[in-house]
This record gives sequence, structure tokens and C-alpha cells, in this order.
Amino acid sequence: MEQEPNKSDQQKSSAREKNHRRRGRQRRAPFQMRVSTKYAPHKPVEGQPLSCTVETTLKPGQLLELYRHLKLTRLVEERLVNLYRQTKVVGGVFRSLGQEATAVGSAYALTPQDFLTPLIRDLGAVLVKGIRPREIFAQYMAKAWGPSGGKDLNIHFGNMENGFIGPISHLGDMIPVMTGVLLAARMQKKRIVAIAYIGDGGMSTGAFHEGLNFAAVQRLPLIVIAEHNHYAYSTPTSLQTAVRDLAEKAAGYGIAAHVVDGNDVIACYEVTKHAADYARRGGGAVLIEAKTYRRKGHAEHDDQRYVGPGEVEWWEKHNDPLDRFERFLLEHNVANKDKLEAIVADVMREIDEDCAWAESSPMPEAEKAAYNVFDNSVVPPAFRPKVLES
Amino acid sequence: MSTAVKKEHKSARPERGGKATLVEAIRQGIWEEMERDPTVFVIGEDVGAYGGAFKVTDGLIDEFGKERVVDTPISEGAIVGAACGAALMGMRPVAEFQFIDFISAGFDLLTNYAAKCRYRWGANIPAVFRGPCGSGVRSGPFHSLNAESFFLNTAGLKIVEPATAYDAKGLIKAAIRDPDPVLYFEHKKLYRLPRLREELPADDYIVEIGKARVAREGRDLSIITFGAMVLTALDAAEELEKEGLDVEVIDLRTLAPLDKQSILASVRKTNKIIVLHEASRTGGIGGEVAAIIAEEAFEWLDAPVVRLASIDTPVPYSPPLEDYYLPQTKDVLDAARKLAAY
Repeated sequence: MEQEPNKSDQQKSSAREKNHRRRGRQRRAPFQMRVSTKYAPHKPVEGQPLSCTVETTLKPGQLLELYRHLKLTRLVEERLVNLYRQTKVVGGVFRSLGQEATAVGSAYALTPQDFLTPLIRDLGAVLVKGIRPREIFAQYMAKAWGPSGGKDLNIHFGNMENGFIGPISHLGDMIPVMTGVLLAARMQKKRIVAIAYIGDGGMSTGAFHEGLNFAAVQRLPLIVIAEHNHYAYSTPTSLQTAVRDLAEKAAGYGIAAHVVDGNDVIACYEVTKHAADYARRGGGAVLIEAKTYRRKGHAEHDDQRYVGPGEVEWWEKHNDPLDRFERFLLEHNVANKDKLEAIVADVMREIDEDCAWAESSPMPEAEKAAYNVFDNSVVPPAFRPKVLES
Repeated sequence: MSTAVKKEHKSARPERGGKATLVEAIRQGIWEEMERDPTVFVIGEDVGAYGGAFKVTDGLIDEFGKERVVDTPISEGAIVGAACGAALMGMRPVAEFQFIDFISAGFDLLTNYAAKCRYRWGANIPAVFRGPCGSGVRSGPFHSLNAESFFLNTAGLKIVEPATAYDAKGLIKAAIRDPDPVLYFEHKKLYRLPRLREELPADDYIVEIGKARVAREGRDLSIITFGAMVLTALDAAEELEKEGLDVEVIDLRTLAPLDKQSILASVRKTNKIIVLHEASRTGGIGGEVAAIIAEEAFEWLDAPVVRLASIDTPVPYSPPLEDYYLPQTKDVLDAARKLAAY
């Protein structure tokens, strides 16, 4: 219980405050656990299928744009699976099936100047940031025309003009990197915010902790979106952390937190918009936990033997983000079925065109492997040395 | 209750040039680069008001403010990661490890992120990662590391280590201006060594990365080394001169990419080689240098290449133990005499 402070305590504390002021330190309000559940998932009502949050500032045109992004994400991934089965994708394919709304809705809340760094299951965020499917196809197929010229896989690349910085496989590493982006932006007087995506597994890494702690200390406008999709490869969240809600971890950093229904694209947009406004105003870092579900295995090869019976099917039937959003659009007369079908047809056209372009790309020339370790105008390429030749 | 520590005085701007120790030379270099280029900034633990554990960044915060002299939590991963992120945005961070031993805590981001960004998607990371390395100062297993060989096998990182005040300033400036990530190792034993205090030019000079230096000309045999061991080699050379042996000392200065031409030129000149370094022998850079010589100058050799390095143990604390661990001048003399007689 809090007690009334006595007089001498008050004097002491005001002297302390003066001291702090003299040292130019910012006084912060005492920390209170602040997990907002305004956009958290609601308990489903029997016989009433799930839809989306009704309260939104999004205009009909924007809602349809969101729909297009969601559909594009899902269908690009489906095409990648086809290419994988034809052995045209030489590495793995990583799906975001069932959790597309988190990436799409949150990324849509950023301005073009803002930055984001996705994880492997955030293709939707990459597409929202203006990266075209052709780049994704070429990259997955290890082609010369891909953005990394065949040097790296999937969405492991970046485009600074679009504010997209690709991840590396080491989870958590992008949190400190994004902290540095925002540190630089502050020195450059740019009023941007940034999203870094992480998952229930990635939050266990040291880099995640170091990066978020540093961002919080520096009051940088970093929005960390923790996608709680229940599995890290095969490991359930219960073996990853002892907290019930990942958002609780915000208390350890002294930052604000939200829980959002990650399968409600409008809620994901609204909560991120709210967080971005708060961060841009100088509120500091924000942690958003998106409750969602990974319906596919870690990658295409994963048979999901660790998943309980009926689980995937339940989510597919009752809580699919695209079904929910379609229901919302139709129920609220944002569009009719024909309109939505026309959007899907347009998405398919784009995918066909872009896939054909990527397939027409040559594979990279072998010797290109030697280039670009360093700036080659300073250090020559690392060609295979000739043996016993002088 | 804590009391605010009042700083007695602002640390003065270092002179441009003039007599300087190695630590003063590094500080001059960083200071001048921060004046010259507003994208240069410093980040690390205790680099602000305290001026860094070894005072390399002393006074910078008074001159450039806390936005450009960023004190961090004890998080080497965050230091490296944030430096990388800022570099992507066009900044030129100079990140400090309080002791190079702690670079292990930033290893992942250095080797996987900083080193590979350009190769993977063409985004360069023009960042400097610097800190005090080296043993022989009775600091035990966690404050004595020579870390170069951990990074030699990672493509994408340049590594430099100066042995003179002149090179220290020229190399830090070159590292800051370099378009790629540079690990800049500073031997802490050399920081304030009076012997290394020298007159630095007042003009804006750099020492090119990737170029070794002939620290002493000689005809009879060569000692290829770097860092504090350059002094050990020079001491040995002086002693051997009395015995009529004319010893050449090559200071590598840059450890990655290695200056093969300078190494091979010295082999062709003296035909007998000692490779000398402070890190443990197995897997050390000496093996790499010896391999280059064996592959590319085999017919120029009059004797086997000899490696002198520390023994394969952690760095022990107690003086007799550490002295046994490290190669001493006497070890160099013994090896040189045997090699000369071979």
C-alpha cells in the first residue's frame, strides 16, 4: 500500500528532483504497466462468424487496397509453392498463411518515409512497402535479376528508398539494427518511425533484448510487432517464455504495449497507427503483440507432426484473416462479390506477369560470386586463386 | 543518496598534430573526422562524460553533444547493431568496445550483419569498430585478448592494428572514411608508452588500409609482425645487430586484407622469415602468413618459416605466467640465431 509521504520525505524528494534537473536528466512519470487491450481478440460468439473491427478511419478505397495487399500476399506465396514443387525455387519456401493480416495491416499504417524490417513471415509488409512480386520471385529462384543477384534468399534484401530493410536468419538481430536506423534519423532530423517484426521465438534472443532496451532508453520511435503465432519451428510458445501475453514483456523495458487481434487486418492497422502517432510524438518505443496462428509448418518441408489434431483446421475454418475481412467488406457494403473478384483477377494478372519476368531471368554468372565483398574500386574481387602459377 | 559529480573542466580540443602518444593520436583522428564530417559519430559504453575507459573519446561530448557521442547500455550486440543501422542511413559510426575481449558479445552482428550486407544486397556499412586489445598488462583472461584471428575467416571485415602514433592517427582516419566495416584494434600497452610519443604532422593525412610498413630495413632475415610485437621485434633486431645480424622488421598494420606484396618482397630480400604475434599460435594469423609464403615464395626460402606466438592457453594473470605465455624478446633472439645458422 502506498503511504502518505511525510514532510521530510517530500523535502528529500524535491531536492532529488532539483538535482536531476541540474544534471539535465529527463524526469519520467513512475512506470505503470500499460498493456492496452482495446484491439485484443474478442471471444467468438456462438454461431456468429468473426469479422473485423468496425471502428476505423480507413476510407473504402483504402480498405480495398488492404484487401488487394492481403490477396497478393497469399497468392504470391501460393505461386512460390508451385515454383518450389517444380524445383524452380532452390531454397525453402516460408509461408505466412493465416497470419497475413498482421504484416499487411501494420505496414499499411506507415508513411512512405518510415522504415520497417520484416521477418520471414512478413512478405505482406514487404509488398505494402512497394516491393514488387517480380523481385520476390527472382530472389526465391536465385536469379540474376533478383535484388541480391542470387547472393541471398527470399526476402533477405533491402531497399532503402522504400524504407525496407530485409532481415537475416538470426532472429532478433534486426531490433538493434532498426534502433540504429532511428538513432541516425534523429541525428538527421528526420521525423520517421520504424517497425521491427519479431515472433514468440525471436523474443527469446539476446539481440532482441539488447536492441529494444537500447531503443527504450533512447526513447526512439521503434514499434516492435511481436507475432504470436504459437510455434517457433516446432517449439510451442509455452517452452519459449513463461509470460502468458508477450506484451507483458514491455514492462521490463518501461514502454507502452498493446495486444491486437492479429487476424483482424483493420485492428492491426488501427493499433499500429495509434502506436506510430504516439512514437512520432516522442512517446518512445511500443510493443504490440499480435495474436495469430501459423497454419503451415516452418517451411514447406515441415510436416507439422508436433501440432495437435484439428488445430490447424479450426483456425482455417473459423479465423482466417482473409475470410474475416471479406465478410467485413461485404457486410458493410464496401464492395460486392464482383468487385472483390475483379481485384483478385488483377492480382493474378500481376503475379502471372511478374512470375514470367522472373522465370525469364538468367541464373547469375558463376564468377559474380567473387564480387562485392568490399567496394571493388578499393579491394579487388575475391577470385579463385590460380594454383602454382606465378 | 548520490551526489552529482561536477566536471572540473572541459577537456580541451586536441592539437592538430604536435607531440602525441598513441592514444592522443587516435583521439586527434576521431576529433578531426567529427569536425570534418557531420555524419561521423561515436557510440559505446562510457564514451560520453567519462570519455571512455582509456580516455580515447575524452572531451568529445562537450564539443559535439550527446547526440553524436552516444552512451549505451552494456550491450555490445546493440552497439554493433545500432552502428550498422545508422551506417545504412548514411552515417559513419565509430563504435567502441570497452575491451576488445567483449567483441565476442557483438560477434553475431559483426560477422553476420556488418560483414555481409554489401555482398548480400549492395548496402555498405561504413562503420569502425574499435577498442583496446592485447596482453602483457597483467589483466588476465578477459581483458587481454587479441581477436584478429576470430575475424580473419569472415569475408567482409577489414582489420587494422597500428604500432606507432603516426599510423594510429592515419589509420583511424582511413578507417572512418573507408566504405566498408573496419575493425580497429588498439594495443592498450602502447596507448601511453613514452617511447611511441612522436611529432605528428599538422596536415590532414591518412595511412592507407591494406599497406604494410617496413619498420626496419635488413638483409639477413625478416620478422613479420604487428601491434606491440613490433617493439619486441625492433628490440631483438637491435640486439642482433651487435652480433652482426641485419634484421628486417615488417609491421603489417593491416591484417585483413593482408599486404601480400610487402610480405613476399621481404621474403625475396632476406629469404628467412619469423612470423611473430601475440595471439595464440594455433589458428593464428602467423599460419596464414606462413601459408602465403609457402605457396607463393617457396623457392625464395633458405629455411623453414618460423612462427613465434603465445602458447595455446587463455591469457593468464600472474606476471610469471603471463610472461611465459607471451613471446619475449629472448624467444625472438633464440629463434633468429637458429634461423641465421640454418
